[in-house]
Amino acid sequence: MATHVSEYLRLDKMPHIWCPGCGTGIILGAVVRAIAKLGYKRDDVVVVTGIGCSSRTNAIIDFNTFQTTHGRALSFATGFKMARPEMKVIVITGDGDGSGIGGNHLIHTARRNIDITTILVNNGIYGMTGGQYSPLTPRGCIASTAATGTMEPCFDMCELVKAAGATYVARGTAYHATMLEQLIAKALEHHGFSFVEGIAQCPIGFGRRNNQKTPVDMLNWQKDHAITIAAAAKASPEELAGKFLIGEFVNKEAPEFSDVYWEASRKAQQKVKEAR
Amino acid sequence: MSKREVRLMQGNEACAEAALYAGVKFFAGYPITPATEIMEILSRKLPQVGGVFLQMEDEISSMAAVIGASIGGLKSLTATSGPGFTLKQENIGYAAMVEIPCVIVDVQRGGPSTGLPTLPAQMDVMQARWGTHGDHPIVVLCPSTVYEYYTLTVQAVNFAEMLRTPVIVLSDAIVGHLREKVVLPELGELKIVNRKMTTVAPKDFLPYKADEDGVPPFVNYGTGYRYHITSNNHDEGGFPATNNHQIADSLLRRLHDKVEKRRSEIVITEEIMTEDADVIIFAYGCTARSAYSAVEEARKKGMKVGLIKALTLWPFPFEVLLKYSKQAKHVIVPEMNLGQLAGEVERTLKDCPVKVTRLNRIDGRMITPEQIVSTISEVI
Amino acid sequence: MQRQEIVISGSGGQGVVLGGIIVAEAAAIYEDRFATHNQSYGPEARGGASKSEVIISDGAIHFPEVENPDILVALTQEAVDKFAGTVKPDGILITDTMVKKLPAKGEYKTYVLPIRATAEEVRGQIVTNMVTLGALVVITKIVGLEALKQAVLARIPKGTEAINMQALEAGMKIAEKEL
Repeated sequence: MATHVSEYLRLDKMPHIWCPGCGTGIILGAVVRAIAKLGYKRDDVVVVTGIGCSSRTNAIIDFNTFQTTHGRALSFATGFKMARPEMKVIVITGDGDGSGIGGNHLIHTARRNIDITTILVNNGIYGMTGGQYSPLTPRGCIASTAATGTMEPCFDMCELVKAAGATYVARGTAYHATMLEQLIAKALEHHGFSFVEGIAQCPIGFGRRNNQKTPVDMLNWQKDHAITIAAAAKASPEELAGKFLIGEFVNKEAPEFSDVYWEASRKAQQKVKEAR
Repeated sequence: MSKREVRLMQGNEACAEAALYAGVKFFAGYPITPATEIMEILSRKLPQVGGVFLQMEDEISSMAAVIGASIGGLKSLTATSGPGFTLKQENIGYAAMVEIPCVIVDVQRGGPSTGLPTLPAQMDVMQARWGTHGDHPIVVLCPSTVYEYYTLTVQAVNFAEMLRTPVIVLSDAIVGHLREKVVLPELGELKIVNRKMTTVAPKDFLPYKADEDGVPPFVNYGTGYRYHITSNNHDEGGFPATNNHQIADSLLRRLHDKVEKRRSEIVITEEIMTEDADVIIFAYGCTARSAYSAVEEARKKGMKVGLIKALTLWPFPFEVLLKYSKQAKHVIVPEMNLGQLAGEVERTLKDCPVKVTRLNRIDGRMITPEQIVSTISEVI
Repeated sequence: MQRQEIVISGSGGQGVVLGGIIVAEAAAIYEDRFATHNQSYGPEARGGASKSEVIISDGAIHFPEVENPDILVALTQEAVDKFAGTVKPDGILITDTMVKKLPAKGEYKTYVLPIRATAEEVRGQIVTNMVTLGALVVITKIVGLEALKQAVLARIPKGTEAINMQALEAGMKIAEKEL
């Protein structure tokens, strides 16, 4: 069994495309370490992405990998999973890809509860196209399309997919990388639709416009503003002001879509056999 | 004794049955008139044969799921009509670029936009060719009878698998909803093509290294061949090569060449009563039915008229037209649009002494044989 | 027989579409001729205007639409108003006694039969198509009775054979009186 992370990387495809200080690599590191720890065979894992900085993750990891169109990774993954139910299917998406152009697919994939693990790298900005605000950019933040600050409120993605029916929902950050790795490992082992949001820093597209001058400033912001669900339960409203929750929001059992489908198919095939 | 089954079958039903005959094991779709019967039938039948039927949240995700399942190794198909066809276009381009086989059935209705949802048209001829952005290869087959709807759906699956490219079956509300007598082919009677699989070892495998025929062999994930697929411009290894002009040029040319190389196999036309024809009707889809009746009528009146029926619209079948460029004096192109394929006919015959006449109807009704006969009388 | 065009029209729920399919199947499958069937109906599943177009021929059928039917069965006032004017001069119109306003006498032959009332007597609106088919074959002989019966039995749900045959024969009876 491979244990070192580098064994899961396509080292000949380095360097990657991300800017110095980018948080995407930290989230990807957590994904790969979780897979390594769980001992999945590289041949058994499929990683599907869409378009954006986070979607360039799968070119440099040594699994079965395909990059699709903007926002549609989950729909491609759904088709693939139904064709190859024995394979472990992971989708890595970003805030624009997963909550904007692909938001409809995200809620419906969660509703179906198909066994796909989705990692949403949330850096609060469209990074690849140069820093436009996304549906997850907090109101008031500066972006290349919001010179005086965004006027729109943002989604809470964990609440959204929870409401849509996801059976595993968690949030971590690049700063809390070890915790994130544990959350991803639990998501991967979960049978059903699992969703982990990883808060990541984008120093170029977001930080330099929003008074977080360095990647370290941005990681410190994550440290200072994240609060675990357990700690939050004991905290006063003042202590919670401006904070966001990290940890596990949902972990429940429900019929998994492909199980339901194949059971129905088995019955239909049996019926045809009997009719003959 | 022949085991061929005789049935009065609806066009869309023939399409669904043909998909199963061709080995399709995956369908994803979204309800839309006048294509919905295809998904209703497959929703019952695919689970019975261990296949997958998915009703997705929208047209876009249906197309995506179809490609995802084909990456998973299953022959995959979807069906839609104009508005849905438009929504599917981006992912059709994806399939063309990453060379993943899939079949899209477009049962045409009147457009643009919501248009005439229950009425026929032939307004998607150019969308089928150029609906997705960028220069891309495409194969478009167009049935005019229920039986052709069956055989061309089988062919579409075959061509998609053979060429590793999306193939479109462009039917219409008339052929889709018409019931007529068909004698179904027996199992084994029609050729079934499966995609070519690699024979090299994992360490030597390059997912986009094509054979002589321009088509790269496929291999399933999970079998020791880990590789990358991206719709960015990519090298033979499948990895992005977004600033490499030479690779960009050779990849796109190969995508077109692989279709052109198989042209004689893909381009299907039928010539009816054309041997001595001074006037040729060039028609396709439901309009070819009107044209056939018109030719019979005109022949009764002693006019030398023949029909070329195009079953393949793209690549455009110019060869068959050129064959008659010296014999025929007139070519009439009846279409339920404002001349989408007539332009191609005119382009093909521009240096020939043949007069091309357009006959167009866009009110949601078929062109009648009488209309065509009267056009014949006018041009003679 | 040369090309014969039949239109059966009524309102949704009368089984007009299935009735047309059965006639086409009787010709295509049980008499080995050529036949096509086309349908149109309003967006309402019940109660809207509904129409079956059937073409029967000994040769291949190319143009599949009916512009001027040889035979029109019009079960409602709306159907009569809409389609009676399209019937060929030497054609046949079969309509229902409940249709109050018949068209000005055309060149075609008109039969006014208690189709809907007979259906109600036998079972209800649902067997209107069977009564219609019975009357249609007696008057027009468009397909043979044996072929029609076979086509009916192949299409109807198991367990409903008796009632459907009863309706078919009731339809034949009301037509025979008119001949």
